[in-house]
Amino acid sequence: MSSRESVMDSARQRERMTRVLLYALLVIGAVLALLPMVWMVSASLMPSGEASSVPPHFFPSSPTLEHYTNLFTRLNLGRYFLNSAFVAVVVTSASLIINAMAGYAFAKLRFRGRDRLFRVLSTGLVLPVQVAMLPLFLLLKNMGLINTYWGVIIPGLASIFGIFLVRQYALSIPDEMLDAARVDGASELRIFWSIVVPGIMPILATLSIWTFLATWNDFMWPLIVLSDASRYTLPVALANLSGEHVQDIELMMAGSVLTIIPVMLVFLFLQRYYIQGVMAGSVKG
Amino acid sequence: MARLRIPSEANTAAWFFLAPALLLIGVFFFLPVAASLLLSVTDFDLYGIADPGNTRFVGLQNYSKLLQTPDFWTALRNTFYFAFVGGPLTIAVALGAALLLSSKLVRFKGLFRTIYFTPFVTTLVAVAIVWRYLYHTRYGLFNYALSYVGIGPIDWLGDPQWAMPAIILMAVWKSFGYNMLIFIAGLQSIPEELYDAAEIDGAGPIRRFFSITLPMLMPTLVFVSVVTMIGYFQLFAEPYVMTQGGPLRSTTSVVLLMYEEGFRWWRMGYAAAIAFVLFVVILIATLLQFRLQKERA
Repeated sequence: MSSRESVMDSARQRERMTRVLLYALLVIGAVLALLPMVWMVSASLMPSGEASSVPPHFFPSSPTLEHYTNLFTRLNLGRYFLNSAFVAVVVTSASLIINAMAGYAFAKLRFRGRDRLFRVLSTGLVLPVQVAMLPLFLLLKNMGLINTYWGVIIPGLASIFGIFLVRQYALSIPDEMLDAARVDGASELRIFWSIVVPGIMPILATLSIWTFLATWNDFMWPLIVLSDASRYTLPVALANLSGEHVQDIELMMAGSVLTIIPVMLVFLFLQRYYIQGVMAGSVKG
Repeated sequence: MARLRIPSEANTAAWFFLAPALLLIGVFFFLPVAASLLLSVTDFDLYGIADPGNTRFVGLQNYSKLLQTPDFWTALRNTFYFAFVGGPLTIAVALGAALLLSSKLVRFKGLFRTIYFTPFVTTLVAVAIVWRYLYHTRYGLFNYALSYVGIGPIDWLGDPQWAMPAIILMAVWKSFGYNMLIFIAGLQSIPEELYDAAEIDGAGPIRRFFSITLPMLMPTLVFVSVVTMIGYFQLFAEPYVMTQGGPLRSTTSVVLLMYEEGFRWWRMGYAAAIAFVLFVVILIATLLQFRLQKERA
């Protein structure tokens, strides 16, 4: 009996060692993941010049909000913030409806050529968006949409990825439910709003968070379309500022903090939907 | 199985639901992609923007010029460097993190998962600016930390040898969290009994990883590789913000080159050829990975 106990003991001890090692790795990883952002916040609160001291200071000696006020009073950051918010909110809400409708149609409505059409659409998933950018620019220029918010918004209003995601999810809606509603004389639009939309709510939540983050963070297309500084979105304005204010580290860090805060809040409050969506979408994909 | 008869208006309804999306994607995505191919066989430039009548058909001249331009080959090499070193590195870190977070011995999984995923949702331009300062030769935290282990100051973004590794390091930090989530989902779908059986047969943890986890994770791994690779071939914002493609063009990517040629110098025909080469490269890489997957299975 005693030898068996000692085997159990050593097994337990090994397990404890492994656990300590795992936690050590996890904590080191967490520190590395968070460090750049913690430094960003910290440096944004430092008085001018402190972030470039040698050896580096990690925490501000006397925290100040002057860079934040500067950004709003002198550098028009409030305007960029509103531009970004407008573009992101319009794209997110409009594309949600458009993608949901199309995804549902591909999943549940029967029409000629459906599967072939969907295959063609799916090939677009491997097409890099950059390939479309040059002609798209010329097209929007002819429509008078270059240097406007709509030039940024319109190409984001429908997404193949979004349609794909909705379709996968909508496949699980029972046909009987839809057919029963049809027999009761409900219109297709009514069926969509009162049966389909509630049924696919979780994926719509995921998709809207995904779209909001992607639109808010997007850089290349707004950079190309917007030439008038007053219309810049935050990332474009930030990249532009960082060229002019290379030495003002503290100011740039404050700008970075303000750019990241909205996406961070959206993520932290809604991460349940977001993370589940990423995990679910991928396994099926 | 017998289905209910499709009401005659079903077709109309379907097209009503599809029309907005198809119209938008057709006009603002597929049409431009096709037009890109046409654009790439013309000499469309600033004069063409002023008056499209100034544009001439030049056949494959843009492509042949491209292949003779050293800058293009540099950009292609840089992009491959980023994708084929950065991609696998990101995937390895993601898999490591996923395995750690799937261990039964660990608690607070949700908290760690959230922390690891956080960099992924941040704004790329903003964190690129942050990292530019972290990499600063004199007062950056990287060199400060390295000075403790006796490694002399590295000119991270100013040295052609180090600039791309620096960008890769940041990209790994930024995007491993997404792949990690997908791996966690993949790991969860492996039946527990397989591990139990292997353990009874006396297989150690390393043996179990290579003979159960990895084969079972193959589809996930292919998916993750393809998505990561496609994304990494589109490298743009990091060099644009951190290095402007330098030093000595060591971080100029294909997309950055396309942007400069097309939207800075307005040589749009030439830039379209660059975009098309990018597309072909991505297509080949994608097909190759699916082929590899098939051969393995």
